[in-house]
Amino acid sequence: MTRSTTGLRARPQPDEKVERIIADFPILARPTSRGKRLVYLDSAATSQKPRAVIQALVDYYEQYNANIHRGVYEIAARATAEFEEARVKLARFIGANVPEVVWVRNTTEAINLVAYSWGNANLRAGDAILLTELEHHSDLVPWQLLAQRSGAELRFIPVDDRGLYVLDDLDELLDGCKLVALAHVSNTLGTIFPLATVIPRAHAAGAVVLVDGAQGAPHLPVDVKTLDADFYTFSGHKMLGPTGIGVLYGKHALLEAMPPFFSGGDMIRKVEYAHTTFNDPPRKFEAGTSNIADAIAFGVAVEYLEHVGMEWVREHERRLTAYALDRLAGLETRGLAIYGPRDAGKISGVISFNLADVHAHDLASILDTEGICIRAGHHCTMPLMEKMGWAATARASFYIYNTEADVDALCAGIEKAARIFGI
Amino acid sequence: MDDFYRDYILDHYRHPRNFGSLDRFDAQAEDLNPLCGDQIRMQLKLDDGVVSDVRFSGKGCAISQAAASMLTERIKGMKLSEIAKLSKDVVLEDVGIGISPTRMKCAMLGLRVLRSAAIGRIAGWPDEE
Repeated sequence: MTRSTTGLRARPQPDEKVERIIADFPILARPTSRGKRLVYLDSAATSQKPRAVIQALVDYYEQYNANIHRGVYEIAARATAEFEEARVKLARFIGANVPEVVWVRNTTEAINLVAYSWGNANLRAGDAILLTELEHHSDLVPWQLLAQRSGAELRFIPVDDRGLYVLDDLDELLDGCKLVALAHVSNTLGTIFPLATVIPRAHAAGAVVLVDGAQGAPHLPVDVKTLDADFYTFSGHKMLGPTGIGVLYGKHALLEAMPPFFSGGDMIRKVEYAHTTFNDPPRKFEAGTSNIADAIAFGVAVEYLEHVGMEWVREHERRLTAYALDRLAGLETRGLAIYGPRDAGKISGVISFNLADVHAHDLASILDTEGICIRAGHHCTMPLMEKMGWAATARASFYIYNTEADVDALCAGIEKAARIFGI
Repeated sequence: MDDFYRDYILDHYRHPRNFGSLDRFDAQAEDLNPLCGDQIRMQLKLDDGVVSDVRFSGKGCAISQAAASMLTERIKGMKLSEIAKLSKDVVLEDVGIGISPTRMKCAMLGLRVLRSAAIGRIAGWPDEE
């Protein structure tokens, strides 16, 4: 943020690049039913979609709708080519080799695939699975079930009361650990996990590392080879793409050794009545007709992000988060409690808060009347809420199309709620 | 929706009526709204087949807590069979206009729990009838 020489806060001028980005999102030009500007601060739940992504869906259905990998006619060949080209784009986006990109519905399916396929084959009683206290239910419940099936033990990397990881006992936690599964970025507090520090130590301890990248891939530059992650999972809809499409990245040797998860058409090499040999990865894990249109549109989404530049995305969100933390701090005298690390360098575009005794759902309802969309509730992290003693929190999350004006609207909305509740 | 947060709603939220628990009661139920985690418990004491005392406890948003509080003020002297038949309109009348569809479950949680206490098993959502 910028300050004038008199020390008064000056609202930063709208960035031309951000203005151009906003113009690419049709929904952001639509006023709400109350005639308000849409202030969308819930991208951690799902992002908005640029025109190019929406058009890619329309183009597929209007111009070359056909099934893939089978048809010999022209539009089937085009559908197959565009679908596989999207896989190439996704591989490039995360620095993977193309056969290491498995299409799934979303992060949840990717994690379940690993838990059942790799987990059932590799986890035994006496092994340990290491998670963190910030995990989303989707990176917790599948491992609870795997622990029940295998007899393995669940362990957790703790966080302090500001939601920062405490790594003091990491060596003990990694002892006997077969798998480490952790969120690249916390969806509730925005905390960025120190992957570069922990992944080498996990490997040294003999563990395989799965990174839940649902909130990482949309917001931070990711190179899976530099990170040396064994699995990296993410969803299209949180990064400008459609719902119903996501990616499981896995190191080729791991994918090759893993048994199939879903079985059926398309994932086979040869089928006899009593026996089947399977296709190579990634198609070994892609049974049935894939989500063709959404995969193609996801490819367009990551092209858009590459064009914008992921370094720019991170810097834009870091600046905006710093501005928001500063503005929200000005409301602490009105009873606003801000949770999580108060350092824009350590979080990624997510801020959780509560206003005095106003329940987060009431706050969200009042903000809604001003066209401001935020999340309220437990954010699918019920154990964390319990640990921290929060019944619910309000959460604002940012993306490439958000501006300081959105933060200002949020603060004005919170002040309105404070007035209504007589605070 | 901002019209909804009127003084009497906030008064019931901050100063809920019949809040707490009964040492002895004849009917009880509790439930939570899994979408948001709001919780309500209702306890009823009966005399000659009609409600002579009621207490509720819980935590949650202003809508769920105020609606439950107002409901407890209505039911003294009622038979369980009458409570079982209370409709969502009773709640809507209490809380007034302006409940958005996304918050309807908040308003109805108290009635659902109260009807569950009256019939001795978990009742359906009043707004889904």
